[in-house]
Amino acid sequence: MTSRRDMLTKTAGALSGAMIVGVPPLRDAQNPRDRRAAQAPAAPPAEQPMLDDPTSAPGAPTSAVGVRSPQVAPVRTPTGLIQGSSLTPHQSLSGTITPADLHFERHHAGVPAIDAAKHELIIHGLVERTLAFTLADLQRFPRVTHTYFIECSGNGGGAFRRPRPEMTPQQIAGLTSNSEWTGVPLRTLLNEVGASREATWVLAEGSDAAELTRSIPMSKIMDDALIAWGQNGEPLRPAQGYPMRLLLPGWEGNACVKWLRRLELGTRPWMTREETSKYTDPLKDGTARQFSFEVDAKSIITSPVYPDKITRGWRPISGIAWSGRGRITRVEVSTDGGATWRNANLLTTPTPKAHVRFERMWEWTGGETILMSRATDETGYVQPTRTALIEARGIGTSYHSNPIYGWKVASDGGVAFHGET
Amino acid sequence: MRMRPALIAAAVMALCACGDASGAGGADASPSRLGLGREVAPHEVAKFDRDVGPDGAELPPGQGTVAEGATIYAAKCASCHGAKGEGMTGGFPAVIGRPANAEGFPFGGSSEPLDRTIGNYWPYATTVFDYVRRAMPQLTPGTLSDAEVYSLTAYLLAANQVIPMDATLDAASLRAVKMPYQDRFVPDNRKGGREVK
Repeated sequence: MTSRRDMLTKTAGALSGAMIVGVPPLRDAQNPRDRRAAQAPAAPPAEQPMLDDPTSAPGAPTSAVGVRSPQVAPVRTPTGLIQGSSLTPHQSLSGTITPADLHFERHHAGVPAIDAAKHELIIHGLVERTLAFTLADLQRFPRVTHTYFIECSGNGGGAFRRPRPEMTPQQIAGLTSNSEWTGVPLRTLLNEVGASREATWVLAEGSDAAELTRSIPMSKIMDDALIAWGQNGEPLRPAQGYPMRLLLPGWEGNACVKWLRRLELGTRPWMTREETSKYTDPLKDGTARQFSFEVDAKSIITSPVYPDKITRGWRPISGIAWSGRGRITRVEVSTDGGATWRNANLLTTPTPKAHVRFERMWEWTGGETILMSRATDETGYVQPTRTALIEARGIGTSYHSNPIYGWKVASDGGVAFHGET
Repeated sequence: MRMRPALIAAAVMALCACGDASGAGGADASPSRLGLGREVAPHEVAKFDRDVGPDGAELPPGQGTVAEGATIYAAKCASCHGAKGEGMTGGFPAVIGRPANAEGFPFGGSSEPLDRTIGNYWPYATTVFDYVRRAMPQLTPGTLSDAEVYSLTAYLLAANQVIPMDATLDAASLRAVKMPYQDRFVPDNRKGGREVK
């Protein structure tokens, strides 16, 4: 049997070129006399060779910023449009936190480059004192940190109206992501400016080229609204609103105005474009719901899914569930097309208005079937079938779409989306 | 009222915590207001405060005509929204159009995609003014004068058969415009619980 040392000796000659590129000579970073320690950190190796035996040679040095394994390449789906979206690859993720660089994007006029030293949030209107707050100001207030999802109300609209077998979780539900947010409760700032009791609505405005505006009821502002400046332990990324955004837990993403620059307190909604011509929900009775902020309970299986091809035997059926009205209390899984339902395990303790991951072990013994998941929240709301949603709203209501999603397993193990539940 | 000793102790401790600002490191129980933020003068707010609500109370002085708006539309809007406002693929919505199959607010029940134009969907005319002024044209937002925005608003409303083709719009006349389907918009009635809505 070849020992590690033998292997190292034998491979050293052949790999020496690559090793010099990938692994600088050892140096003592703690020793001030080692002048190499003061040099700039080595750039991460572009192509570190993957050895048959990774214990046979030293690995790459430390690096300034981590990168994913070259074997792991989850990506969003940028459209190249400045008013476009880019979807979270849920089929590639586990747990509940969405990596910040994979958080979905939805912009109405691109991602602005903002100098945090110059950016201010002005709060005015029905206030005693008109004040402007910089990021540095906000960071001097008492902070809160909570995990919340954000979901664009357009999430799943296409899968609802025109379900196709070759849809992935990313295409069906990639317009929701889940993060740990840090910031200041908005009621703290309203106390600072002395908000009038007469104020019933607040206009929130972004500093993007759309100057995106939404009217928010004061009740939500005083309940759990945040001005968030931190995401998953770091400053907001530009695509998520750097340096500060409005965060309305459980409410549609469009209202969580990014690059927030202005809050005006008033007594009626402003009827902006994003709450009239867009983000309203026409119903089959000839009306349209307006200010439909809350996200109904929803879940989706993220494994196994299209285009997986499964083999016989045991595996977890895994997915995520969430509700804009509070905690998820139960997720059920059906492995027979909805004829019978069994409780799934929730892998973390559900918290309000956040994704929770569910799992149920399942043995595939061959043969066709349909896998489904169904979420229940603490208000008692149960995720409906697509048929029930069409009955209640009409096929034309694509916002706030939350039907039960199915995954059809063919007899050869191929998995395809089954949207017509 | 008699208090249990434990509650009295807690109340006393709470008073001490709030009242003691004499520690060498400063108080650790902060006041309800921190005195942070910069006082902003009204003229600074005015630079940003350009929103126009449904009552049109904030509409600026100035006026514009449908004819002038048609010229501006052809020069600055048609390249994205189409010569007739029919929209283009890639995220450029239709803004003009009153096709018969999309009248009467059929959108919720329709399985075919129907364009939601200013004429057959938008509930408030003031929204056109507000949105065009703040966000259009997409590549050069904020470059239109108030008169140009009045003109464009007039053209878009006229082309959607909401106002006459010879109309002139100013603050008062824009305020008076009632959109065809304003009364179709209703507050959200979903409340959670067992019922699917």
